[in-house]
Parts: sequence; C-alpha cells; structure tokens
Amino acid sequence: MNNSSNPPHELIGKPVIRQELRRLLEGKGSYVDDIQLPRLCHVAFVRSPHAHAKILDIRFDQAMKMKGVIKIVSGKDIAAICKPYMGILSHLEGMKSVPHFPLAMDRAMWHGHPVVAIVAQTRALAEDAAELVEIDYEPLTPVVDEELALDSQTPILHPELGTNLCWERAIDVGEVDLAFKNAAVVIEEKLRTGRHTHVTLEPRAIIANYVSSDQQLEVWQSTQVPHMMHWILSHHFGIPESHVRIKSPDVGGSFGLKIHVYGDEMATVGVSILLGRPVKYVADRLESFLSDYHARDHHIQARMAVSKEGKILAIEMDDIQSMGPYASYPRGGVNEARQVINLVGAAYGVSAYRARTRAVFQNKSMYGQYRSVGRPIACLITESLIERAAAQLGLDPLEFRKNNYIPAKAYPYKLVSGPSIEILSQHESVDQLRVLMNYEELLKEKNLYREKGVLRGIGFASFLETSSPSSTMYGKGGASISAADTATISLLPTGSIFCTASINEFGQGAQTIAAQITASVLQVPIEGVRVVLGDTDASPYGGGNYGSRGTSIGGEAILQTAKALKQNILEFAAQLFALDPSILGLQDAYVIRLDQHQQVISFEDLARQAYFNHEKIPKGFTPELTVSRSFAQRDFDGVFTNGIQASYVELDTETGYVKLLKHWVLEDVGVVVNPLLLDEQIRGGVIQGIGAALYEQCLYSEQGQLMNGSLVDYLVPMACEMPDIVVGHTFSATKTSELGAKGGGEGGVAGSSAAVFNAINDALKPLNVYVNELPITPAKIIQAIHQKD
Amino acid sequence: MAQFEDQIEIETLINGEVVHRQVPSRMHLGDFLRIEMGLSGLHLGCEHGVCGACTVLVDGLLVRSCLMLAAQIHGCKVQTIEGVVESGAAKQMVDAFQKKNAAQCGFCSPAMILTTLEIIKKPTRPSREQIREAISGNYCRCTGYQAIVDAVEDVFDQREHKQ
Repeated sequence: MNNSSNPPHELIGKPVIRQELRRLLEGKGSYVDDIQLPRLCHVAFVRSPHAHAKILDIRFDQAMKMKGVIKIVSGKDIAAICKPYMGILSHLEGMKSVPHFPLAMDRAMWHGHPVVAIVAQTRALAEDAAELVEIDYEPLTPVVDEELALDSQTPILHPELGTNLCWERAIDVGEVDLAFKNAAVVIEEKLRTGRHTHVTLEPRAIIANYVSSDQQLEVWQSTQVPHMMHWILSHHFGIPESHVRIKSPDVGGSFGLKIHVYGDEMATVGVSILLGRPVKYVADRLESFLSDYHARDHHIQARMAVSKEGKILAIEMDDIQSMGPYASYPRGGVNEARQVINLVGAAYGVSAYRARTRAVFQNKSMYGQYRSVGRPIACLITESLIERAAAQLGLDPLEFRKNNYIPAKAYPYKLVSGPSIEILSQHESVDQLRVLMNYEELLKEKNLYREKGVLRGIGFASFLETSSPSSTMYGKGGASISAADTATISLLPTGSIFCTASINEFGQGAQTIAAQITASVLQVPIEGVRVVLGDTDASPYGGGNYGSRGTSIGGEAILQTAKALKQNILEFAAQLFALDPSILGLQDAYVIRLDQHQQVISFEDLARQAYFNHEKIPKGFTPELTVSRSFAQRDFDGVFTNGIQASYVELDTETGYVKLLKHWVLEDVGVVVNPLLLDEQIRGGVIQGIGAALYEQCLYSEQGQLMNGSLVDYLVPMACEMPDIVVGHTFSATKTSELGAKGGGEGGVAGSSAAVFNAINDALKPLNVYVNELPITPAKIIQAIHQKD
Repeated sequence: MAQFEDQIEIETLINGEVVHRQVPSRMHLGDFLRIEMGLSGLHLGCEHGVCGACTVLVDGLLVRSCLMLAAQIHGCKVQTIEGVVESGAAKQMVDAFQKKNAAQCGFCSPAMILTTLEIIKKPTRPSREQIREAISGNYCRCTGYQAIVDAVEDVFDQREHKQ
C-alpha cells in the first residue's frame, strides 16, 4: 500500500461500540415476528408423531370447518408449485440422496416431519384446527442406530439408493502400520459426541407475501443468507429473480441454523402463493427442537502412535456421522464429516494418516451445519489423544504440542487430507497462553488441592478453524451459494456516506465493522456512515454470512469499494481545481492537499457539485460517487485460523457436578477489526462448546422419538455455571486480502469442548477413571467412578 | 359443570396507561402484550418459562409473561421495557450494555436489562458470582455472559465513582 495516498485506517483495530445496539437494547428491534401486515394470516403444521411411517390417508374436512381456518394443504399441494430439492454436492464423490419435498409426501421420515399446513386468522386458531386433522399412518421400522445403519439387517430408508450411506471418504497416507509397530506409546479411544442443535433464542421465522397482481414475492426471513434464499425461492417456485425480494430484519441469533432450506418455511411461501396474501410462520420452541437442523452426532474410534521422544508418528481414525433422512439442501449436510477427516491431526501436520468417515441416513431430524462445522470434533479426537500421550510419557502437555506443531517455517503447508494452510501462529499461541494463565502457578495450585482431596483438572485444546471459504466449498459442487461478497458505497449530497453490502447482520456486528472500514478509508466520522444490510432490493449480490466470512470477505469487499470511491472523490476534486490527484488526500470529510496540509473542498460541497451544480464540472468528466466492488477469496480452499484454549475445573465426586473455574483462549484471526466485538463473540463461542461438553444432547428413543424437545429437558449454558473467560490474541498475516482479517466467528467453539473434556479427565486421573462421551453429565461421571469401584 | 368464559374483561395499567379490554381467557400475557398492545420489546423464546426473554414487571415483580394469563393482570400494574427505558437507571444500564458490548442479536436483551435493573436496586454491590446468579434465568446464546456481568459492574463502578 502506498502510504502517502492511503492514510492509516484509524478505526480499524479500535473497540468501536455498536451504535445500532441501542435500538435492540431498548426493545425497539424489529424481528420477523414483530412485523404486522394487512391481511396477514398464520400457519401451523401437523407434524409426524412417528420417526418412520407410511402416510395412508389425510382427512381435514373437520378441521376446515373450524372458525378462522383459511386453507389447509398437504404435501402434494405444495409439491405442485415447488420443485423438489436434493442436497447433493457433485464434487463429493459418491454422495447420494433423494429428492426432498417441503411437506411429507407418502412417508413421514422423522418425528417432527411436517405433513400438513393449516393457515388461519391467528396461530392459536391454526393450532386448534391442527388437532382435528386426521392422518392414518402405518408405522415402519425406524433407522435410529447410526452404528447399525449400514448393517445388512437394517432397513434401507431409500430403496432406490440401495444403502443408508450418504457419503464416505477414506484416506490412507504414509507408513501407518509401521508407525504403530514402532511406537513407544499407542493411545486408543472410542469417543461419542452428542447430537445437538443451535437453540437460537429467536426461533426460525418467515413471512411470505405473494402479491398476485404483479406476481411479486416479498419475504421477510430470519436468515444469514438473503441472496441464497433469493435464488432458492426463485428457482423452486419458478418466479423470476426480478420478482423476488428477501428482507432479513433483525435476526435473533443464527449460528448456522438459518442457512438451510426448511420444508415448513418453503411450505409457508407455498401457501402465500396459493392464497395471494401474507402468511407468517414462527416456529415455537417445541417444534424448533423437532424441526431445526441437528449437528455434531458422531461415533469415533481413533488411535495415535507416539515415539518415546513424544513425536506423533501416525493417527488412525474411523468416524460415523449420524444424519437425518435426507442430505440437507443446499449445503449437503456432510460438511462435518468433510472437516473431521480433513482436520484430525492437521495442526501437527501428521503425515501417516489412515482415516475413514461415513455419513449415514437416520430417521431423525434433518442434519447440517452448526457453528464451527466439524472442527470441535476433529479437535476433540486429536487433543484428547495428545493429552493422554503427553501424560503417559510424562511430558509437559504444552511442550508436547509445540514439539509437534507444523514447523513455523513450513508454511504454506499442504495437509495430507488435501487443504493447504496459509500461515498459523501455533508456537506463539502456546507461549502466550502459558503466560496468560500463569500455568506453572496454576499447576501448583491444582496439585495442592489434590493433596487436600479436591479434584481439580487443567485441560488444553489446540484448535484449527477454517474461515473465508472459497467456491470449492459449495459452488464447485453445483450449489448456488456465492463465495463472493459485494459492497456499494455512495457519497450523499450532505457529505454523508451510504454503504450497503451482501453480508448480513445477526448480532455479530457486521454493520459496525462495515461502518468502521468505510469511515477509516473515507476519513469521515463513523456516525456519518449509514449501513444497510440484508435486503436483496438494496444490497448487491453475495454470499452473506457462513463459514466466518463477514469481516474477512465482506470486509475486504467494503475496503476495496471505499478505496475506489476515495479515488473517484480525489479525481473529481482534482478536475474541479485543476490539480494533480496524487497530491490530494482525505481528512475529516474534506479533500485536502497533502503537500500543503490544506483543505481543498468539503465532501458536502463536492457532492453538491456532483448532484446539483454541473456547470463547473469540466466537459467530458463525469463524477462517479457511487462505487461497487466484489471480493472472493480464491487462493486457498479456506483461510485457516488457529488458537489454543485451556480450561480449569473442579469435580464433586459425590454429585458428579463439574464446576468451571476459569477458561482461557488464545486465538489468531489475523487483523482484528474490532476487539470489543470479537472478544465477546469468542466467549459466546466458548460457552456454546461448553454446552456441548457438559449439557446439550438431543436424545432419541429406540423408536426414534425425540425425548427432550424442550428447554426444560434440553439444557443450555446459563450465566451462573459459566466461568470468566480470558481472551488473548496472536497474529499471523494473511496475504489473501489487503484488510488481512481472517474469520473470527467460530474459533471459540472449535476448542472449548475438548479443553473442558481434557480438564475433566485430568481431574479424574487420581481415580484412574476416564470419560469418553459428550456431554459429560454428572450421571456419566458418577457412573464412571462407580464402574471403577 | 361450570363453563369458563371464552373472553374475560380486564382493566389494567400498562406502562402508565389505563387499558380496558376483552381478552381471550386462554391468551397468555406475553401474547396479549405483543399482539394486542404492540409491545414488541418483550420476546417469546420458549413459552414454557425457561428462557426469560418474555420477562416483564407485574406490580413491580419480574415475571415470565408466557407463564401468566392476560386475564390475571386485571387490576395490576404492568411495565415492559418500553415503559422503563426512559428512566435514568435504565439509560445508565443501556449505556453500560452498549459500552461493554453486552449483547449481540439483542433478542434476550430487553428482558436482560429488566433483570439487571433489579440487581442495581440493591444497596450493596454484589459479587460477579451473585450477578451471574441473578441473571441465570435469562438465556443468552450469543454472548459469553461475561460482558453482561461487566456491564452490571460498570453501573456500580459509576455509582461509586460519583459518591
């Protein structure tokens, strides 16, 4: 960058507060359910009570007679106007699925599968009518044990596929057998991670309004990806994109939940088209558990070969991912398996690696991405083996890691599993963590407590996180999901700035990040930047938010757009004053002469010339005060970030209760645009991983019934059990963008489950007890202790 | 057998305004305030009393509006975030939340603010653990709760600084 024409980006890196937060704090937010429209009606769904059943007959004549009922439709009514979808990514060799319809057609495939949609004047009346819908089912044997899904005795869910296997991948690189033969230590384990779900506080919500007069479909949706939905609705309902508008108002949390296509939401759009009036659907909490995507349900067997000097020689791993009944649309739903097999051992560049992952169909809720897709599982596998190997060899767990990391000079580093890592700062992370947590003192403290009979444990987890995905993630496999983002920035007549972009806001602070970058480049006060996101009629096309890309990709698009506008402003001023643009710069919303440190013209006066007074503009010159630029990361499949976490816990062996004493995170996300926003986002991620470690699991009966579909039975982290979390940063520069930011939205989740898992097992060491199943509930701890007895 | 009425007449004071309405007897208070009164600052996150997003004040006490029927507020004084947000204490708390970035998506926030306003009514400064305990009935999926605790402490800091 040429420093003379590019003043430093003063606001980048500063803890700028979120101006837009005040509206939300004061209760003036506008989420989908807050929106009221003339003639608005409401939809409720009759959902299958069976995990697997043939639908023999549906009768809704009684329900139709209920007061307030407007329309009742079943699967075939929606299928008549909506093309089915199939979540296959063609670049994942051998991946299989079958077409999926918004509502169940001849079979119900999971407990909660929507079968009938009832539209009424109010949601309460729609629910009343739902009670009167009669459906005759013939229950079929459900496929609910993922470990038996591929057995010859198990029924095949989709006979046309001939298997319950959706996708598998195997890797066998290096001298694995030899490594295990020569190993001083072989650590082996079986791990189980609990199926869980996003539990956004705002449930999924959508209003669809089809205006038949001009064949326009207008949709308000709680979503991360307005443009993806724009394509989806246009394509599947056969409405030109020019006639579809998606608006994402305030979004009450997402974490990957709101990037998928849901049958009930598609059916809501369908009934709006059939009725020609607005229809609202807001999932209640009970149906959220039954119909939101689930994630993280894996059975793993793994072993690690280690030399007596503590070098990791090889890893072997076998993973089963338990899906729903269909590949999820449009992202495939096997990304966890992709990431797990890619990333086990990756931080250490393990070169002898034999692994297999298999994603199998189940009669359970649909399955797909949840924040930090697959990474917490890859981290748990690797880091639990490492912690045990270090302990068995009597080595310091942090030094053990440092001695095995990919050497700092080896970047860019190509993993044996395929992806390349641009650059990491793993060694520095460990060094800084040691200081941040005062490890030596903490170890002494832990041992003192142990002498007193109090079981305390310290656990570490080094993690990799992928961010800024390129189009090899989805687009290459045929999915219409953009890997590019675009921004448009204008100088307005009063000198204010208008910025819009294809990234979206759902609480992470995208608006503030956009304003910070824009204000920095254009040298205006941040209050003078208006940012509009999440409206396909206003925002340029792009991927939206998934895979930690809002700041790293969207931010770069905004940076480049702002720089282009700056150049146009300088050239326009140069034309007006017959100056060389290279001696001009920007300061305090003025064009200035850099050589004389003198104001030339204010943005307001400049903009007035462009919009209202063309007389003085030289002939042949047109001022361009609205600019758009796009950016896509194309150098790597994704830009890796790294970090390490530590957890300090105390166990009560009587009750099995785990007290979280403290937690530390060291993370490298490249350039930090706003530490105030990033650090608490990381903490939020950490406690989502703690939820996975200690509390959260969707429990299914042998009949495929979801047994804990409420917030009373499915526990989430609440404030009183959570520890204070200390966050620090290391830095390694990415050359994939000028901004230099890597994605920071997910790293907190990637390592926290494994850190807590390792801390609990460290605490249990004096009892010679090991737990290997998440979530580690008090009951499991007590059971493990008693089994030992 | 006695029949319950479908509609019940209530007179109540909501955010300082007298409200006289017929309400469906089965309608919960959260739905009444949101749908009938347009008070969309309270949110429905679970409708079974766990998440705390629908918290309001009834006769000065924090309640889950999803666990109360609209009919029950006859003769009561109800305050929602809209009714308290102009008070000095609320402004101070909102400032602190903003300064500490104690919210992300904001869906839990209005209820969280109401809950934290109860904490700062106490004369003595609570410990961080006590603050965590006091907000433990309000589910937040976005933050690490830490910034919320920081925000409450910030209000006490400012108060002590003034003295």
